[in-house]
Amino acid sequence: MNEITCECGHVNPEGTVLCEACGKPIEGNQHINGNEDKKLLNMRYDGSARRSQTYNRTIVDKIWNFFSSVKVGVWLIVLTLIASAVGTILPQEMYIPPNVDPASHYRDQYGMFGQIYYQLGFHNLFSSWWYMLLIAMIGISIVIASIDRFFPLYKTLKRQKPKRHELFMKKQRVFGVTETEQIDLELYKKNLKKRRFKIYEQDGHILAEKNRFARWGPYVNHIGLIIFLVGSLLRFVPAFYIDDFIWVREGETSMIPGTEGKYYIKNKDFILETYNEDDETDARFKEAIQKQGGPIPKTFQTNAVIYERTDDIIPGKEPELAELKDTQAKMNHPIKFDDFALYQASYQLNEFKEMTFKIHDKGNEDTNYGEFTVDLSDPKNEYTLDSGYRVEINNYFPEYEMQEGAPVSVSKYPKNPAFVFSLYPPDSEEAETSFLGIGANVDASGENDYKIGLVNFDVRDVTGLTVKKDHTLPLIALGGAIFMLGVIQGMYWNHRRIWLQPKENGVWIAGHTNKNWYALRQEINKVISGTHIQEPRDQYEKKE
Amino acid sequence: MGDLSAISGNLLYAAFFLYLIATFFFGATIRDKKRAKNRTAGNIGISITILGFITQVGYFITRWIASHHAPVSNLFEYTTFFGMMLVFAFIVLYFIYRVDLLGLFALPIALLIIAFASMFPTEISPLVPSLQSHWLYIHVTTASLGQGILSVSFVAGLIYLISQIDQSKSNKHTSWLEFVIYTIAAVVAFIVLSSTFSALNHQTVFQAPIEGQQTEITYQMPAFIGPADGELVTEEAMQPLVEAPGWMRGEDAAVKLNTFILSLLTGLIIYGVSRLLMRKRVGAFLQPMLRKKVNPELVDEVSYRAVAIGFPVFTLGALIFAMIWAQQAWDRFWGWDPKEVWALITFFFYAAYLHLRLSRGWQGMRSAWLAVGGFGIIMFNLIAVNLVISGLHSYA
Repeated sequence: MNEITCECGHVNPEGTVLCEACGKPIEGNQHINGNEDKKLLNMRYDGSARRSQTYNRTIVDKIWNFFSSVKVGVWLIVLTLIASAVGTILPQEMYIPPNVDPASHYRDQYGMFGQIYYQLGFHNLFSSWWYMLLIAMIGISIVIASIDRFFPLYKTLKRQKPKRHELFMKKQRVFGVTETEQIDLELYKKNLKKRRFKIYEQDGHILAEKNRFARWGPYVNHIGLIIFLVGSLLRFVPAFYIDDFIWVREGETSMIPGTEGKYYIKNKDFILETYNEDDETDARFKEAIQKQGGPIPKTFQTNAVIYERTDDIIPGKEPELAELKDTQAKMNHPIKFDDFALYQASYQLNEFKEMTFKIHDKGNEDTNYGEFTVDLSDPKNEYTLDSGYRVEINNYFPEYEMQEGAPVSVSKYPKNPAFVFSLYPPDSEEAETSFLGIGANVDASGENDYKIGLVNFDVRDVTGLTVKKDHTLPLIALGGAIFMLGVIQGMYWNHRRIWLQPKENGVWIAGHTNKNWYALRQEINKVISGTHIQEPRDQYEKKE
Repeated sequence: MGDLSAISGNLLYAAFFLYLIATFFFGATIRDKKRAKNRTAGNIGISITILGFITQVGYFITRWIASHHAPVSNLFEYTTFFGMMLVFAFIVLYFIYRVDLLGLFALPIALLIIAFASMFPTEISPLVPSLQSHWLYIHVTTASLGQGILSVSFVAGLIYLISQIDQSKSNKHTSWLEFVIYTIAAVVAFIVLSSTFSALNHQTVFQAPIEGQQTEITYQMPAFIGPADGELVTEEAMQPLVEAPGWMRGEDAAVKLNTFILSLLTGLIIYGVSRLLMRKRVGAFLQPMLRKKVNPELVDEVSYRAVAIGFPVFTLGALIFAMIWAQQAWDRFWGWDPKEVWALITFFFYAAYLHLRLSRGWQGMRSAWLAVGGFGIIMFNLIAVNLVISGLHSYA
């Protein structure tokens, strides 16, 4: 280390631009802050010795200097900003319908542009490696730039002395000379105290300083950001984060995924309410409801019971369940138990539960050769009726659609069930085949004697709940809180210093602030009022 | 209930006219030859502004009582509230720096925003389940306050640019400034067109296929751009000149495009006529009026101070509170939804602004341009993300 001893006697670390104690510009180092031939001193970080400005030899130095640069930091922010904007031009993959092929979806919906968008990976932009890399680089930049600046600045502000070098005074942006012997220093100090300045004196030199802590705001908020980013990273650790989903039909009890078989949920009832313009309490929305044209949902709610399994978990064994709580999940009001939360996320209305059919003569609906009931969550292959008739299910389409003249099922949920039945009359090996769905009853051969008709059905609702366990939330919340504190600390207070130097015939006065110079000058005017100190001038020259 | 919402509507009208009157008083401060000494006009201006603000708070409260929820739940309510927050932020900064000119520009911007808001459906609308939360008003009001304060930064930046840009010859700065002025003219055009044709009860109806279904599409303005493959239903209506491109999806895409293009063209007429009358660039016409009154360093500081105050408020409201609510409502605090992403973009933009200013000494002109850009992003998030980005797809 090549330490630098200033003429005031203070020993400064290598790379110092302005002496930590007296502020004298240190010869040979002025290029660092670009002070040569300038009327004013660049006061950034008080001319302290920053690693990034001092060493540039090894690869470590070079990496350090790259990330500690604000210019690089701003570029990273701008690149992330542009990338994010691009990511909103078309919907991200998570917002397109779940059962379509993304490659063809983007092409079909948005044409050529969509295809390019998809092929460049912009449909998954926010989880792409390069977006992550940009965020990571911002994170690294925040850490290095903060370390590079905070420690030197902290030391310098701690070691500063009220007695400043003349050059330092003259080259401050706000500077003034008063030549008179009538200066009322007591009043000056009184005024400063009234405005909550801290006063330091040394041989008649007065340093008034306030709100130094505002200088730490940026570093505090950067710590908050880092904690936030670390919290987000922890989501990739399974122990910290579970994100699962469960469909539960009304009346059913299911194991909650992600809980390792420990918890079960029973869906007692799913409730969907819509606004009703005839209802007295909703009457105020009449106009909006009429304009909407369709129903506007008011409540999604699952009345549920949460059970805890009390016996040892052995696969295949019927669990013993103890009721934990009888509760509801609503939008904005998840069910919480243990470390888990269940969110009302989705629903299916009127899914078919059971369908009851009867066999009758083709030409006469009043005949009845027996009935059978199909449980749609567990349809059997074969139903044998008491009357001796036998029905085989050849094909089952839970949600059928006709595509190119043939029935296909578009999902496994019984929302629009259809069957291909083979009916065997008693003592016959000849089957009559028919296709049966809602609003469709097709005789395959056209020569059937019997017909199967739907006599009854039961529907029920299904609720979709997200299962979440998230131990990263406290950390993320902490990061957010620290960030906010830091931003407020840095933005809502200004670090201000006013130096007063006694001269044979009067005083010199100089002022510095990290921001809001106009307000600083207003404040100086207030503290010098009545003291005969003359208003200092703003020596800053506009470059534009 | 009906009475209360009528009172609420009238209070909003009253606030609008008070802001308008206040603008004239702030305008009168330009006439004061002696810089700063005579404060009468400014004092009257700010008093009327405060009165207008209180009146608008009255609108807000009565509407809240009438609808049983904070009136920040649709585009009309939110944008109106945003205008109110802009006025509030102006009042706060006025009392810190006492710049009369700020009122002359902040109030017209607020007036435009409120007028723009009332072009959208104004009836009281019910809350869907995800909006039924206290976070609706905690999040939305804070975010809007943040945006309001940040908008004052734009207002001050605009004053800086108009008064400081070198108007002796045409250059990059003058061109961009004219563009900003033209944009404002286009907003005025939109408001004039919408209110005129809605007063005339204009309707042009088309039948057009939307996602394979024949749908009725209603234009509230003359349809220069018809829906793709649309068939005119209204008799005696003008045939559209062109059809909207087929890739524009969504029921209202063609209607919005038509409105947008008409507003741009009418804006061009307004701007062009003004320029003809002024016989020079609008910026050059305005400059002499401001030049003497403006202390550039002070206006620059107001612009910066607004960002310094507004940035933390915006972050708290538009990101942190938003995340808390999203966590409760949708089980994830962040979902990369366009609105969220644009809030993040706003955050990034002002973060860059602060870094450039604090560490790289970007002041004055550059700072002022950044303030204009920031306001552009805020407006984009308010208007384009709601009307265009989500309008192109099914989710909204």
